[in-house]
Amino acid sequence: MEELSALAEGFGHALTWYNVALMVLGITLGVVIGVLPGLGGANGVAILLPLTFSMNPTSAIIMLTSIYWGALFGGAITAILFNIPGEPWSVATTFDGHPMAQRGRADEALVGAFTSSFVGAIFAVALITFLAPAVAKFALKFGPAEFFAVQFLTFASFLGMGRGTPWKTLASMCLGFALASVGLDGVTGSLRMTFGYDELLNGFKFLVAVIGLFGIGEILTSMEDGLKFSGADAKLRMDAVIRTWKQLPRMFGTFIRSCIVGCWMGITPGGATPASFMGYGLAKRFSKRGHNFGKGELEGVVAPETAAHAAGTSALLPMLTLGIPGSPTAAVLLGGLLIWGLQPGPLLFVEQKEFVWGLIASMYLGNVVGLIMVLTCVPLFAAILRVPFSIVAPVIVVICAIGAYTVNNSMFDVWMMLAFGVMGYLFSKLGYPLPPLVLALVLGDQAESSFRQAMLVSQGDVTVFWSNWLSGSIMTLGVILAFWPLAQGLMNRFGRSRPAAA
Amino acid sequence: MRMKSWKTIAKRLGLAAGLGVLASAPALAWEPTKPVTLIIPAGTGGGADQMARFIQGVIQKHELMSKPLIVVNKGGGAGAEGFLEMKASANDPHKIVITLSNLFTTPLGTGTPFNWKDMKPVKMMALDQFILWVNASEPYKTAGDYISAVKAGEDRAFKMGGTGSKQEDQIITVAIEKETGGKKFTYVPYDGGGKVAVQLVGGHITSSVNNPIEAVAQWRGGQLRPLCIFDKARSTYTAKVTEAQAWGDIPTCAESGLPIEYQMLRGIFTTKNATPDQVAYYEGVLKKVMETPEWKEFMEKGAFNQTTMTGSEFEAWLTAAEARHRELMTGAGFVAGAK
Amino acid sequence: MSAIDPDQVHDVEAEKPLVSLRAADIAVALLFLATSAIVIVDSVRLGFAWLPNEGPAPGYFPFYIAVTMGIASLINLARALPQPEGEEAKPMTSVPGFLRMCAIFAPAVAFVFAISWIGIYVSSAIYIAAFMLVVGKFPLWKALAVALGVAGISFAMFEIWFLVPLPKGPLEAAFGF
Repeated sequence: MEELSALAEGFGHALTWYNVALMVLGITLGVVIGVLPGLGGANGVAILLPLTFSMNPTSAIIMLTSIYWGALFGGAITAILFNIPGEPWSVATTFDGHPMAQRGRADEALVGAFTSSFVGAIFAVALITFLAPAVAKFALKFGPAEFFAVQFLTFASFLGMGRGTPWKTLASMCLGFALASVGLDGVTGSLRMTFGYDELLNGFKFLVAVIGLFGIGEILTSMEDGLKFSGADAKLRMDAVIRTWKQLPRMFGTFIRSCIVGCWMGITPGGATPASFMGYGLAKRFSKRGHNFGKGELEGVVAPETAAHAAGTSALLPMLTLGIPGSPTAAVLLGGLLIWGLQPGPLLFVEQKEFVWGLIASMYLGNVVGLIMVLTCVPLFAAILRVPFSIVAPVIVVICAIGAYTVNNSMFDVWMMLAFGVMGYLFSKLGYPLPPLVLALVLGDQAESSFRQAMLVSQGDVTVFWSNWLSGSIMTLGVILAFWPLAQGLMNRFGRSRPAAA
Repeated sequence: MRMKSWKTIAKRLGLAAGLGVLASAPALAWEPTKPVTLIIPAGTGGGADQMARFIQGVIQKHELMSKPLIVVNKGGGAGAEGFLEMKASANDPHKIVITLSNLFTTPLGTGTPFNWKDMKPVKMMALDQFILWVNASEPYKTAGDYISAVKAGEDRAFKMGGTGSKQEDQIITVAIEKETGGKKFTYVPYDGGGKVAVQLVGGHITSSVNNPIEAVAQWRGGQLRPLCIFDKARSTYTAKVTEAQAWGDIPTCAESGLPIEYQMLRGIFTTKNATPDQVAYYEGVLKKVMETPEWKEFMEKGAFNQTTMTGSEFEAWLTAAEARHRELMTGAGFVAGAK
Repeated sequence: MSAIDPDQVHDVEAEKPLVSLRAADIAVALLFLATSAIVIVDSVRLGFAWLPNEGPAPGYFPFYIAVTMGIASLINLARALPQPEGEEAKPMTSVPGFLRMCAIFAPAVAFVFAISWIGIYVSSAIYIAAFMLVVGKFPLWKALAVALGVAGISFAMFEIWFLVPLPKGPLEAAFGF
């Protein structure tokens, strides 16, 4: 196959000691960035970008993409240990990762998260290797109607997830949508719900909300009850990797499902964060152990991590072939490509063969190097839990404050983070589920824009969503998923009543 | 070369400690005493962001400043966030901002209280062009063909994609509508220029007024076709971009019967109370940036109009541009509170 | 102050109750209603019609979302209102539980307030040291070591490596930052 020989040549370019050293450096930086909320991959890439101008483009992009891999790996660490999502896409990892840590299975959760990240990434890279041109063409088919359909599908896959009463779930979700609408309306350019306060121009940022709701909220709960980490006293066992890997084969279905979801969301581009939610939502619904999700189920860590990493990786494809970045980090990388004199777009694969295949080869290598690095550090990460809580608690508050500040360089966000912290505590006490709220906050804005763009294009005709096979089938799938809980309930009743009747 | 980049990395990571910072001659009256922040009143990945990060790269590569330059995106509220921060830090000369047309359109469109006079103009770096693009598979070869088709078609049948709402792309669209015999476009706002170009390739919209740099890849790939450039003269770049055409081969819109001119400011401002010395310092640094070969290459790639101005000439230009935007936006009904 | 030992597990339900779940439930439902009222007011200003050729106006989605939120909150309120008969109300938190939360949260508020004046590095060092001394009962040298270490590392990381400017105060200014 043509791709294989090109790839082999790419490995030839990428696999030098110099490049591997750059990878190690990039991944280390990336993990640090991933661990700290507020420092995104975009920061690291933007800061290292200038000093890559003296390198050749292949080495430069290897170092920069390594930051990206590191950040994808690193986001899971604080999510699992402290319930603080280090990156937006690790929010869904907290749902089961943190309960696992509380039960003394932090090392398993970490190994599971890292391994599934790796699997997701490799799946996505394989897709890029063999299907790049076809996939790029497919991505062009996505107009506003199709974008809305994908966002609708993400939401539908998550409906009926919360454990609260339906009314509290609904209220919580609506609050997320309402918060998402604050700020400048992209379609008409008018300001909404800002009431003349300049601080509100920017709206409520997803990351500020999750740092408060999850991070600070968790600190409050832990302070109230005392720290319930049974893991703190558990002996650190060095066999965590083997122990966890033994459990993974039975999650084959979840891996495949999340890989597909992730690649789909990365290419279209829906983004890694919605992908992780969708991966989690689908796994909860279709896995045999789905009813246990939220209580510390390894599969609940595997599902979102696989999807997030697959999406994060495949997001590089539209950047290379179309010049549209699938994430802020990719946007900064895109700027870098331009400065090196590489024009992303349809011709990149033709004109810059050496660079493209070197990059693809480095994606394989970067992930392998990254996995080895983070796996060896698992005992170290897990050991953080043994630090007394009266040291950890204020340090977490400080990290959260820095994280909230850096999102927009605004003190107002730090105050908002504290407010969200109180809200997170109250909501978890009163049974208002948080996942619908954060999902609405991250998707609400985009979904509304796509919907209204689609309405502009169709002149206000709602049937546009079923006007072609692509958006039509996604929407139909979404409707089916949305009513799935209802259907399942009916089926269960039917299934139970029949034997009784017979 | 490898040794050098390793050293830079080491230095960058602070491993080589703060000892080697002494260098650089004290030629100028004022030097920054702490890191300078360059604010981008837009999101990551757009035209302003690309230029700002490029300037940062050039400054660091050629060591044009003694203190680091930090780039920060503050794009909230169509850039209002970034401009308000400049206004609020009038006494801090360690802040500069790169502007785009939202310098004029955002205060008019949203009613946010700021004006370019709340800042001190330093230098106009270039003017960014706008080009009318259609999908290459469409039959329209000239702007005249396209406008006739819009005239002949149904009202709102043609879809113009653009970045944001009530901003430069929509202003141009409204200006074009004056030439289409009362037929309107359906204007579809997207959140970035790159996305608009891709939507045009995918056939979801019929035309766009992308900046050259946003659509050049698709032009070279044979997916988009430029119809005309919104400038009074053709571009001066004559090196071939595609196999057959150079930027200079694109006719002006006036040549094609569409008498519209519009360019976007790419300029640098500092804070209001900066002293002449401080302004002169930034001017000097930017002048050196513009002398580098990298800058020239960047200008050509994006087909920028290399007009550059400083001082009172620049201020006169800004005053005229502000009046023009007010006129255009009032005409289009985009001014906040006017409805 | 031994009640505030976060490294020890407390049984909140056994302690003296502070506020019942019911009261908190009612309060939160009322807050939801207030939020939905605010959103409705502004979406009416923006217009919530379905415009010809354009689809929904800017206030369309916020309006209906706020209405839905209002209805859901009314139902939540109605479900929370009736006093459960017989058994005593379940507490949301206890007095000592609340005090323990205050032990981290009240200084956190002071810390955030101080950031604007003395910068994030100095205030975080003070916050961490104070918490370790007062609540954790650590010896002074340990508290200082951790506090200065965290502040120093974050300073190096944000200001020097990643060039992310965080709020700084007079101390940093004295060193030329």
